Amino acid sequence: MPRRTDIKKIMLLGSGPIVIGQACEFDYSGTQACKVLLEEGYEVVLVNSNPATIMTDPTFSHRTYIEPLVPEVVARIIEKERPDALLPTLGGQTALNLAVALFEDGTLERYGVELIGAKYEAIHRAEARDAFRDTMASIGLRVPESAVVRTMEEAWQALDQGELKLPLIIRPSFTLGGHGGGAANTREEFAQMAKAGLDASPVSQVLIEESVTGWKEFELEVMRDLKDNVVIVCSIENIDPMGVHTGDSITVAPQQTLTDLQYQKLRNASLEIIRAIGVETGGSNIQFAYNPANDDLVVIEMNPRVSRSSALASKATGFPIAKIAAKLAVGYTLDEIPNDITKKTPACFEPTIDYVVVKWPRWAFEKFPQADTRLTTHMKSVGENMAIGRTFKEAFQKSMRSRELDVKVSYPEDNGGLLALIAIPSAERYDMILEAFRRGITLEEIFKVTLVDRWFLDEFREIVEAENHLKSFEDLESLPAEELRQAKRLGFSDGRLGDFLGASEGEVRGRRMDEGIVPAYKAVDTCAAEFEAYTPYFYSSYDEENEALPGERESVIILGSGPNRIGQGIEFDYCCVHAVTEMRAQGYDAIMVNCNPETVSTDYDTSDRLYFEPLTFEDVLNIVENERPKGVIVQFGGQTPLRIAEDLQRAGVPILGTPQEAIDLAEDRERFGQLLERLGLQAPPYGTARSEEEALAIAGRIGYPVLVRPSYVLGGRAMEIIYDDEGLRRYIHTAVKASRKHPVLIDRFLERSMEIDVDCVCDGEDVYIGAVMQHVEEAGVHSGDSACVIPVVTVGDAMVRQIEETTAALARELGVIGLMNVQYALQQGGDRSRLYVLEVNPRGSRTIPYVSKAVGVPLARVATRVIAGVRLRDQDLPGWEESLAEGRVPRKRDLEHMSVKEAVLPFPRFPGVDTTLGPEMKSTGEVMGVGLNFPEAFEKAFLAAGDRLPDQGGTVFLSVADADKEAAVGVAWQLHHLGYELLATEGTHRTLRRTGIPSRLVLKYTEGLALAAEADAPTIVDLIEAGEVDLVINTPRGRGARADGYEIRRAALNRRVPTVTTMSAAQAVAQAMAIKQRRTEIDVIALQDLHPHLEDEVLRPGHRA
Amino acid sequence: MYRNELPGYVILKDGTIFRGFGFASPGKVFGEICFNTGMTGYQEVTTDPSYYGQIVTFTYPMIGNYGASDYLLESDRVHSQGIVVREVKNTNYNHNCPQGWIDWLQERGVVGVGGVDTRALTRRIREHGAMTACVAAGENLSLEGLLEETREHPSLSGRDLVHAVTCAEPYRVSTTGGRHHVVAFDYGMKRSILKNLLEVGCTVTVVPSTYTAEQVLALEPDGVFLSNGPGDPAPVEYAVDCIRHLFGRVPIFGICLGHQLMALALGLATYKLKFGHRGINHPVKNYLRDAIEITSQNHGFAVEPPAAVTRTLERGEDLSAIKPGEMVLDSEFGPVEVSHLNLNDGTVEGLRVPEQKAFCVQYHPEAGPGPHDSYYLFREFVEMLEG
Repeated sequence: MPRRTDIKKIMLLGSGPIVIGQACEFDYSGTQACKVLLEEGYEVVLVNSNPATIMTDPTFSHRTYIEPLVPEVVARIIEKERPDALLPTLGGQTALNLAVALFEDGTLERYGVELIGAKYEAIHRAEARDAFRDTMASIGLRVPESAVVRTMEEAWQALDQGELKLPLIIRPSFTLGGHGGGAANTREEFAQMAKAGLDASPVSQVLIEESVTGWKEFELEVMRDLKDNVVIVCSIENIDPMGVHTGDSITVAPQQTLTDLQYQKLRNASLEIIRAIGVETGGSNIQFAYNPANDDLVVIEMNPRVSRSSALASKATGFPIAKIAAKLAVGYTLDEIPNDITKKTPACFEPTIDYVVVKWPRWAFEKFPQADTRLTTHMKSVGENMAIGRTFKEAFQKSMRSRELDVKVSYPEDNGGLLALIAIPSAERYDMILEAFRRGITLEEIFKVTLVDRWFLDEFREIVEAENHLKSFEDLESLPAEELRQAKRLGFSDGRLGDFLGASEGEVRGRRMDEGIVPAYKAVDTCAAEFEAYTPYFYSSYDEENEALPGERESVIILGSGPNRIGQGIEFDYCCVHAVTEMRAQGYDAIMVNCNPETVSTDYDTSDRLYFEPLTFEDVLNIVENERPKGVIVQFGGQTPLRIAEDLQRAGVPILGTPQEAIDLAEDRERFGQLLERLGLQAPPYGTARSEEEALAIAGRIGYPVLVRPSYVLGGRAMEIIYDDEGLRRYIHTAVKASRKHPVLIDRFLERSMEIDVDCVCDGEDVYIGAVMQHVEEAGVHSGDSACVIPVVTVGDAMVRQIEETTAALARELGVIGLMNVQYALQQGGDRSRLYVLEVNPRGSRTIPYVSKAVGVPLARVATRVIAGVRLRDQDLPGWEESLAEGRVPRKRDLEHMSVKEAVLPFPRFPGVDTTLGPEMKSTGEVMGVGLNFPEAFEKAFLAAGDRLPDQGGTVFLSVADADKEAAVGVAWQLHHLGYELLATEGTHRTLRRTGIPSRLVLKYTEGLALAAEADAPTIVDLIEAGEVDLVINTPRGRGARADGYEIRRAALNRRVPTVTTMSAAQAVAQAMAIKQRRTEIDVIALQDLHPHLEDEVLRPGHRA
Repeated sequence: MYRNELPGYVILKDGTIFRGFGFASPGKVFGEICFNTGMTGYQEVTTDPSYYGQIVTFTYPMIGNYGASDYLLESDRVHSQGIVVREVKNTNYNHNCPQGWIDWLQERGVVGVGGVDTRALTRRIREHGAMTACVAAGENLSLEGLLEETREHPSLSGRDLVHAVTCAEPYRVSTTGGRHHVVAFDYGMKRSILKNLLEVGCTVTVVPSTYTAEQVLALEPDGVFLSNGPGDPAPVEYAVDCIRHLFGRVPIFGICLGHQLMALALGLATYKLKFGHRGINHPVKNYLRDAIEITSQNHGFAVEPPAAVTRTLERGEDLSAIKPGEMVLDSEFGPVEVSHLNLNDGTVEGLRVPEQKAFCVQYHPEAGPGPHDSYYLFREFVEMLEG
């Protein structure tokens, strides 16, 4: 069937901010879908609140709405744009849920919008538990049985009269970290655990579930077209048995341990499931639990949409699931779509691969010290890496080093302790298993506590066996060349081999080169070389034939940012994709190196050649030697490429753009201090301490509070504000123990100052200002966690000019070629206003995509052009001439609208973790709100981040630190006049009473505990839990009343009550609430309307024909 | 990891040599080298009689992962002359497979070479076509001598390999409730075929390939089945002749070599593919049902396509858009419909001779290994017997 011509305009929904469980894989899938729909000639309307995505670049759709993904806003856009169809299967669960809501509330019917990709009924059958179970039963498949019970009588009833059979898993509802649950094997255990579970659950509710613990977990990626043709794209096997969320499992593709007959059983079930659920077109992900002892099979779940696993499967096989899904959604059938890679064969086949793929999640527990680090059925990882090797061992070891761990894993000394840790799924489980083999613990012992398939354990055992063999050689010289080659084939890095043989990484490399042991690059081609591949997508292996041959044109290598983590996410991938696109436009072969399967940068048609490789010095240098490029660009991939830039340069690799010396200079406190002095600029007083004594002396000199951090960090890792000597001693001894050999930086913390961020591009002489951003939260909250606004709201033009000039001076003085970000603290006070330079980063920053979209200038591309040698003055940049005429640093004229970026935090995933913001970054993603004024934009950003401001007549709770009382009065006054009821704890209540603002006094949590006997006076925590509070304003500055604040914020988080923890944010919220009351309906704006003057050639993706 | 100290070699007729290590048994074997792209089913593949005379390269780099078991066999012995892999495992952790794969091969004296850059080898075969090769494992081997022997080894084309794998005596297999009596020619028949025929309610008499039409008809069959088998169909003239005599007298269903033999009997021509189809992921379109099946394949020869297909391929057009009516050929037995095509390259995958109640497919609907998408053909055969 050819494509549908009865639909012309298609709305595509994105997945919103990056959160745990929903990361940049949906930028990848959405971007692919946008490209396909544009190519097919449809008019595309895109809605996504996340500005850091490639898909929201205005060239990927006709109408791009960076607006909150909530039904009322999307309904407004539908009303305005009148699309014929809505495609909800490429934007994760967010898009799917939104489509369901719009269907159920009648919006789609009202405007005659057809759901394509998956029909409502199919979504319902897959998502509603009972409907899913019934559908599975109708085709003879089973789901794990479960029952929710509230009493022991119900529990016994479920066991004796229901489908449930022992062993069973008991899960109390709403307890932290599954506290009070467990596995019951006997009736006695069942009685005991059900009782304990009911007691532990605050709502006296327990989920009883059939136990599939120890079963193997598999996923199949399935595609179906309108003619009912079905293919399996990929099978994925989880190394961890059932019980660990697949997003937290190390997974392997293809499946390794099933016979063909066993695999066909899964395949047959998948075909039946997608047909029974009725997904008519597109991809679905089906998860199975498989009992390895008797071949029993249960269906865990089915996602009737493109998923994280689809992204992995696409990268693992080369089969572009999202792209094909988009084509199927508009009416094509699988046999009509060509396979991009072979060009000659169709897409209706099942990819077969001749390598092994390993995916390893990336966690961020170091950011949340109170979090429960056990891996369970709730996903906790924030990113992932993928590695490709010719064997499992090679892929596993490559994946292991792609993790870029900051901290070395430490092991308990006794074997019993080690086995006890191995028994609990954790981020370090596989490091521990390898260690166990090193200590001679047997495979069976490890199997007993993990139930990890013995085949995988045997592979780990073999890795250790090889380690031991290598260690048996005296030194590097005595290792025969053939042994070295075999070791490389197993995936050992030069550095590891050096450890075994008492040599340096460089020496191992030298020996390797002498012996001619270099990697061969193999293509990912969907067909195991059966057909000729045209897609330049490669991985390394120590095999013989190298298929990656340099092209005829000069090339440039762009290093990506590796696995997503807090502080380094999609924003850097955005920059890399722009760099690649622009380098292609400049006539170079752009070569991408990255190991993150979720990204657009690792899509095989983004670059001229893609190397899916770890971003280590060794792996990158190997690629450089294979490609012989003009140079390597390190400034777009965050900290990952910068970490190896120095070594690359020392190895003679040309670094394009800002020279390494400038990066070093910006990081070196002493030398940078001298530079500031030369420019007549100020930094907060600071010092560098290598011991406790030095630290205390510095703090004594510069005065508390101080901001402390280890040197060389990203995302404010281990950064804290310290108020006294005691705190400083604790910090030096505990918090930064892991990086003790690095000095600690101590800065005077500037209280009550405003934080300003600037992104600019410099070509060594000229500077172009991207934007001056004002943070909503005051200094002290990490810039990545702070809301910020473009243009500045409460900074005068003279100060803005000073900031711009200072920025330009810094860029020139450092010799920046490309992007630079500066963070300032501004203390305003008329003539006594002071501007402090907090930090200069001569590289692409997290804010680049947000700035680019807010101002309509693609800064990463401008910077790439500079790196390619095109002067800024020759780029015809918006505002260039006007700025020069006004005698200011070139920048684009401020727009009429305001753009607010708001951070999205992962606290709901980590019960027990305090939700206050500080200098350590904790957010996983961001959203953008656009409006005609700051409050309007802020409200949209707030809404997009998942919080709803209360309607008129709602209740607002206020409890602020003494230092914030003055500001609180203003906020309270405003809220009172807007008609909100105010609740306050004693101190705040007293202040409000004195200023004549009525508020109701409520007890603090601790006061309530003291009064427990009298009981009936509710505390604020009680009120929040009872749903009687709509907004919490609670500033925890200082260290007093910590416990109270903590309980309040936890309760608010559990009840999903919006919580503001800084006064500046409270002021913004109050303004937003005022605006919200005044307006009748929410205004939506497309990027194309914001930047109508956008020159096509500036933003047009440089796809060469 | 399994790494034998014994050197192993793959020597191609064109002089290319791949080095690795020997596993299973030492020795040297000669045959036509091919590659199989399936990621599962290594044991089924090596025991499939169609691989007789061939050396199998597995493109999936880890072979032996789940072990070996007697219940996965497609015949009672290993037919591929030699095995070439990248990495080989001898573990037996799957509860269905009690034995290690290397041990299992060793018991059967199979020569294997591991550690080979199998992707490079596959690309070589793809570019230069299937060719005679030698797999050798052992100390002090003379590579020059082996290359010499390889060059002297006869090619597959023009040789009747069926006689080497067919059964010596006829035998009958039945389950309770067998409703139809089918005589199955054993040109090298896989067990999965027998299993499928039994499952759809047939009682099967398996006969040697040399059985004549008279001998078959004397068994009073409701239908005749033509099995898969190794090598070139053209020299198996006695089988072609027999099929011509069976047309019109009994319904016939053929698979793989059986398909090629039926085509020859109809007067169509066969030819040798450059490197064949061996894997479990080939898309085949059934033009009669307008549906795509993912199929298991194993053949080095094919039936000449009709003009409509050649034309479509030459123009680089969509094979899937060909109308079934454009693919009807004339024969002395009436019109022959091309019912199936391989969408990768337009190879003829199925024929139907309505006037003779006969049909055949090039691929393997019995799977073993591979997808079960095409089991329906066995049901269609039974329907033909009933109708």
